[in-house]
Amino acid sequence: MAEQVAMAGIQRLWRIATLVLIFALGAWAWASGLLPTMADLWDDIVYLGRQHIILVAISGGLAIAVGIPLGILLTRPGMQRYSNIALQFLNIGATIPTLAVLALSMSILGIGDTPAIFGLFVLTLLPIVSNTLAGIRAVPRHLIEAATGMGLSRGQILWQVELPNALFVIYAGIRTALAVNVGTVPLAFLIGGGGLGELIFSGIALNEFGMMLAGAIPTALLAIMVDFLMSQMQLWTIPRGVNPLR
Amino acid sequence: MEILSYIIANWDLIMVRTGQHIAIVGVAVGLAILTGVPIGILITQNKRLATGVLYVASIIITIPSIALFGIMIPVLSLIGQGIGYLPAVIAVLLYSQLPIIRNTYTAISNVDPALREAGRGMGLTRLQRLREVELPLAVPVIMAGVRIAVVMNIGVTAIAAYIGAGGLGDFISRGISQTDPRQLVTGALAVSVLAVAADFALLGLQRLLTSPGLRETARTPA
Amino acid sequence: MIRLENVTKVFPGAAMPSVDHVSMEVPEGEICVLLGPSGCGKTTTMKMVNRLIEPSSGKIFIDGKDTTDHDAVQLRRTLGYVIQQIGLFPNKTIVDNICIVPDILGWDRAKSRARAAELLQMVALDPGIYLNRYPKELSGGQQQRIGVLRAIAADPPVLLMDEPFGAIDPINREIIQDEFLKMQATMKKTIMFVSHDIDEAVKMADRIAIFNEGRLVQYDTPDNLLAHPKNRFVSDFVGSDRTLKRLQLLKVTDAMMHDPPSVRADDTLAAAAALMEENGHSSIVMVGPNGRVRGFVDLRTARETKGKVGENHETLPTTIKTDENLRTAVSTMFRHDVTWLACVDDDRVFKGYVTLRGITHLLGEAHRDG
Repeated sequence: MAEQVAMAGIQRLWRIATLVLIFALGAWAWASGLLPTMADLWDDIVYLGRQHIILVAISGGLAIAVGIPLGILLTRPGMQRYSNIALQFLNIGATIPTLAVLALSMSILGIGDTPAIFGLFVLTLLPIVSNTLAGIRAVPRHLIEAATGMGLSRGQILWQVELPNALFVIYAGIRTALAVNVGTVPLAFLIGGGGLGELIFSGIALNEFGMMLAGAIPTALLAIMVDFLMSQMQLWTIPRGVNPLR
Repeated sequence: MEILSYIIANWDLIMVRTGQHIAIVGVAVGLAILTGVPIGILITQNKRLATGVLYVASIIITIPSIALFGIMIPVLSLIGQGIGYLPAVIAVLLYSQLPIIRNTYTAISNVDPALREAGRGMGLTRLQRLREVELPLAVPVIMAGVRIAVVMNIGVTAIAAYIGAGGLGDFISRGISQTDPRQLVTGALAVSVLAVAADFALLGLQRLLTSPGLRETARTPA
Repeated sequence: MIRLENVTKVFPGAAMPSVDHVSMEVPEGEICVLLGPSGCGKTTTMKMVNRLIEPSSGKIFIDGKDTTDHDAVQLRRTLGYVIQQIGLFPNKTIVDNICIVPDILGWDRAKSRARAAELLQMVALDPGIYLNRYPKELSGGQQQRIGVLRAIAADPPVLLMDEPFGAIDPINREIIQDEFLKMQATMKKTIMFVSHDIDEAVKMADRIAIFNEGRLVQYDTPDNLLAHPKNRFVSDFVGSDRTLKRLQLLKVTDAMMHDPPSVRADDTLAAAAALMEENGHSSIVMVGPNGRVRGFVDLRTARETKGKVGENHETLPTTIKTDENLRTAVSTMFRHDVTWLACVDDDRVFKGYVTLRGITHLLGEAHRDG
């Protein structure tokens, strides 16, 4: 009881402190002219924001469309040898910093949309492939045996047993991948991909706080929103029987 | 070939920037261990507090690093530290919280209740139990969290070159602005090698810190 | 129904065949238990029937047709399959798990759903509650029942069961075994059942096939197997208590003295004593007007007392039904500290009696035959 009362007290204090902090930040932002600057940049925010989202959609969509089939392919019988090598490769790939991937993409493809999308695609692809591979491999052997013994064909086993039971892990991979993707899109500006990164980097270069925030705040909100959407999809679209969240 | 000769010619500079890079990540993750582990232990005492703390940490980690820099610069400018070393360290410190807090919390709350019971039965106090039983069992998992934090933040620090923090990202940022593939590839390679090497080194350390009695069964949540 | 002809399996790289020239036939409607220590080839033999493992040589026929005539996938859809780990698909509800084979065979969904509900009722699970649950929401025993239902949903004539009740606790195992035997009594599937548990085999099997090192050592009815083990391996495997195990295979009627003498309430004790002496018995049962058991008198009372049986009888401590097995009979005798039991039918009509000596004699007879 005492603990609960104390907790409630702490929570109330916390809430009040947050409100005060937000208010103070807002007042300071207004007084220093940041918010008016951001309002002036509204058209840019909308234009670049759309570019930003298009980059995420194209590179992320491509990565999902390629990554899942590739992951499935690596689990097929006969691919065992390649899949072990691929897993090693994917593990190392996951540690390579995002800026390095974009830089390498630029050194091969030059400047513009294509190297930006390609770099983002590669970054997004790795977690999707490795999670698809790991998810399907983790489906218990006896489920496959039961399915085979009852006369399900290879394709039926894949669609009715392997994929549904790997779905949670595959989703987790997509969620991680999209988080990396959304977090890296602002850097795509550096190699000519456009997006909200333009406002942030220009703001830093020009020492314009308003411009910086006009890029940074929507970028942060977008990232949080995408992650939230993915978590909700993970929660609601995966059948209850194989969803550890439900 | 051109790139190789650039690397050889600029070996010293690469070493200096690698040193800067390590200084940022090392100091910040070191501080993150000092804050994250106690927080992780503390929140095992209260489930709702744990949910709240982990939620906030997971939101922070979702914010793209360049956006976080962009938000921090105006604030830190108030104390004259808008760009450079300090914002980079603060960002790394913040990003490291989630993996370290989460792994500490998971490891300690997953300690077999029977062991805790046995400790209590032998008359160990709460702190003694923490020191003798719970922490030793949790160390490998906490180390796994540190490893995730280090690898991730080597990437974040590369981006911090854009706010004047130095490090290996400087090669990349100059390579991009001067359209110089030599610097571009050198930077990309150096930072990748650093990340992969850190990953391996910390994996080795993680194994070393695992009590021999646990080595077969230690699991590391991703 | 299932016929194996010289079936052999040598796994690549193995020095010895895992299954070595096995020939056997499981008649229609019978349960055949493949029994033996681990690695004896029993599971491999079973998996060759539904071609999860392809034989190296030899042929397998089901209903006279060579199993290699058709595609393995098509073949498996006509053979029910139950495994020890159950293998319910966690992503599917109970009803979708049960209906998986009917669904892939393209059966009418409404019909197969109705059948699934019927099947659930057969194992005393309320369809209203369980149809739309997921496997993880069921207990182990419930899951295993669903595993069996899933195998029989498309009504295959043949069932293959790989240690289907092995992972369940002993109490629930007994219950599920009994349930399954009751279902089998009406559905009459031809069943090949792998087990490593002699007690389970004795309980479930019409025939037992004992395997050792890939060879079929003995293929016989449980009673013959226990009474006449073919060699040292079989007698060791069935255990030194095999005689006791036979008890549960034999019915009270097998050891019962039929058409026994009895007395009624208005008979005199002297007549009762004479009847006992004539038959060499030391007690006699008293029955009512419709032949129901009422009590008994012993020889000493009958000799030393004058009067009617009805005034001097004692109540029987217990009786036993004629369709019980002898193991129950013996344990009833021990529990009540008696050496004989009056046997009755479902209406408590007196049918005969069993004695401990009679049972011992019956078991010994089979041994002397061997």
